[in-house]
Amino acid sequence: MSTAYDPYAPSPATASDTSTGRVFTVTGQDWDTVVQGVGDLGDEGHEDHVVVNMGPQHPSTHGVLRLILELEGETVTEARCGIGYLHTGIEKNMEFRTWVQGVTFCTRMDYLSPFYNEATYCLGVERLLDIEEDIPEKAQVMRVLLMELNRISSHLVAIATGGMEIGALTVMTIGFRERELVLDLFELITGLRMNHAFIRPGGVAQDMPPGALDQIRDFVALMKKRLPEYAALCNANPIFKGRLVDVGHLDLAGCLALGVTGPVLRSTGYAWDLRKTQPYCGYEDYDFEVKTWDTCDSYGRFRIRLDEMWESLKIIEQAADRLAGLEGAPVMVGDKKIAWPSQLAVGTDGMGNSLDHIRHIMGESMEALIHHFKLVTEGFRVPAGQAYVPVESPRGELGAHVVSDGGTRPYRAHFRDPSFTNLQAMSVMSEGGMVADVIVAIASLDPVMGGVDR
Amino acid sequence: MSDDTGDKLPEEFPEVTPGTEPDATDVTPENQLPVSPEALRPEVVGERRGMFGVQGSGDTSGYGGLVKPVVMPGGAGRPYGGWFDEVADALEEALRGGGVEHALEKVVVHRGEITFFVRREDLASVARMLRDEERLRFELCSGVSGVHYPDDAGRELHAVYHLLSMTHNRRVRLEVTCPDADPHIPSVVATYPTADWHERETYDFFGVVFDGHPALTRIEMPDDWPGHPQRKDYPLGGIPVEYKGATVPPPDTRRSYS
Repeated sequence: MSTAYDPYAPSPATASDTSTGRVFTVTGQDWDTVVQGVGDLGDEGHEDHVVVNMGPQHPSTHGVLRLILELEGETVTEARCGIGYLHTGIEKNMEFRTWVQGVTFCTRMDYLSPFYNEATYCLGVERLLDIEEDIPEKAQVMRVLLMELNRISSHLVAIATGGMEIGALTVMTIGFRERELVLDLFELITGLRMNHAFIRPGGVAQDMPPGALDQIRDFVALMKKRLPEYAALCNANPIFKGRLVDVGHLDLAGCLALGVTGPVLRSTGYAWDLRKTQPYCGYEDYDFEVKTWDTCDSYGRFRIRLDEMWESLKIIEQAADRLAGLEGAPVMVGDKKIAWPSQLAVGTDGMGNSLDHIRHIMGESMEALIHHFKLVTEGFRVPAGQAYVPVESPRGELGAHVVSDGGTRPYRAHFRDPSFTNLQAMSVMSEGGMVADVIVAIASLDPVMGGVDR
Repeated sequence: MSDDTGDKLPEEFPEVTPGTEPDATDVTPENQLPVSPEALRPEVVGERRGMFGVQGSGDTSGYGGLVKPVVMPGGAGRPYGGWFDEVADALEEALRGGGVEHALEKVVVHRGEITFFVRREDLASVARMLRDEERLRFELCSGVSGVHYPDDAGRELHAVYHLLSMTHNRRVRLEVTCPDADPHIPSVVATYPTADWHERETYDFFGVVFDGHPALTRIEMPDDWPGHPQRKDYPLGGIPVEYKGATVPPPDTRRSYS
């Protein structure tokens, strides 16, 4: 790149070149200039419709989502999404790291449900390695526990931000209050509040820390007191219902045609949940229900999220009971060619290390040192082929198409993110409605732009 | 299989007893392979040279002369096992009914998943049959994923579709290939509207042109972006990072362990 390059120079194609009408730049508090301007256009203006660009920086668009709305008065006649503002090339980056390092990248995609990204990727890698049957029970139970905790934290954010966007700030504050409790549990178990990279091909990175099960039980008990607050605050609230009922309508045929899954699909009354229909990680051993609603609208999706948190609490309790009986069981496959060589503990310097392991490889066994070095720098090889093992994320079907050429790095990892697919339904949900309902419809889809753009 | 293949068996399957000529038993239909040997051959998509990723510094490892083919799982013959045969039967019947009986190149069964390789000119009709046929009913398309095999001459670009039948609770994978020189694949948006953004994404990242797509534009990259970033010949980019006095090179220039 030459030094003469000026990123701030005006682009050769300026905005007015591509626009057929008059352009108004609105910076806030000056909407009346647009109204005045459109009125002044008279016959020159294109009737009385106006194209509004909303975003990508806007508090109500769930991150950097850009909406292009054609309005007639306050009615939306056409709506389109502009995405790509958060594209970071995670899939491309994964092709340049080992299979284990891939987890570190994909956990950052949908940042509100990191464990699901890790789980679907690891399940795909495990299928290619043909070790699906060898994953220890404790690792599977811990995966389920973490995923269900994650479902609660993700649904809480969905409800909280959805409430905030329609002005219900109390829903937002209590939503984030409870989410913080879940993140504390994540920090206790994985060491990190987000971006955990905890689920690894072959199992999970660490055993449960001491005292974690007690804290999980305390959390479940507390949530059973707190969740009714959401119901009391919202379920019959006339303003809340006035904003949500019959808004963002999408029926079953629309969902299937557009590939929409998750709470949006279940709000049509169809009990499709991969945890029940195509179980993974041993979900067939847990007792829970698939919650549905039959109104096809935003209110139904809100109620489903609320109900699903109760079901997740049921699964968490069962998983915690099982973990209590699995004290000291392995959390990683026995195959030392795949399993990471040490159980790390956080030292006084804040770095993860295992003194026992260091003593072993540095002082006792040259072969162990070689093995450690090879596994950490080179990684393991995965037999050639491709796999797709989707999981039911809080937003719907999340799947990783993992392709291996027999090497030490993914040949290709493509994520079918439910946010990306579901966002296509924004147009049909909001066209013909009021502009204020666009926000409600998008909030009911609950897209996470990190997952959309990857 | 045509009649003239009976007397020249492929080299991969030599006679056990030397000097034995193929007799009438060998060429009877019962003893023929159920699919053409071409379809059963593992797919070689490239080759791997040397070990430890040593490049440009001479061969110090002694493994520099090593050449290994990169082989993807090959086609499978009947029976495929489980419900795969039901789906394959129903699909073949539908293909015959639709007059496109040669639409399937091969069928790969690997790790409990079934992949139908579809000729690209027949993709649109195959997709419609998979969705509408009562015994198939793959209502949901889980998306399109591109894969670039630069060394697989004439089949460089692959588009991979994951289909889900909620009626029968089954999943299949469709794979379509096209050469880099003619990167065109028919669009399935008319059958699966959800493929709209997925095809745009695959076009954006791989340059596969989906014919018949309503508005095939870039979706993730800026409109004026040059090149298609997920292709294997497109560099990852990156800058060296200094850490505690040492310099860590960008990831695409690090040792890759082939």
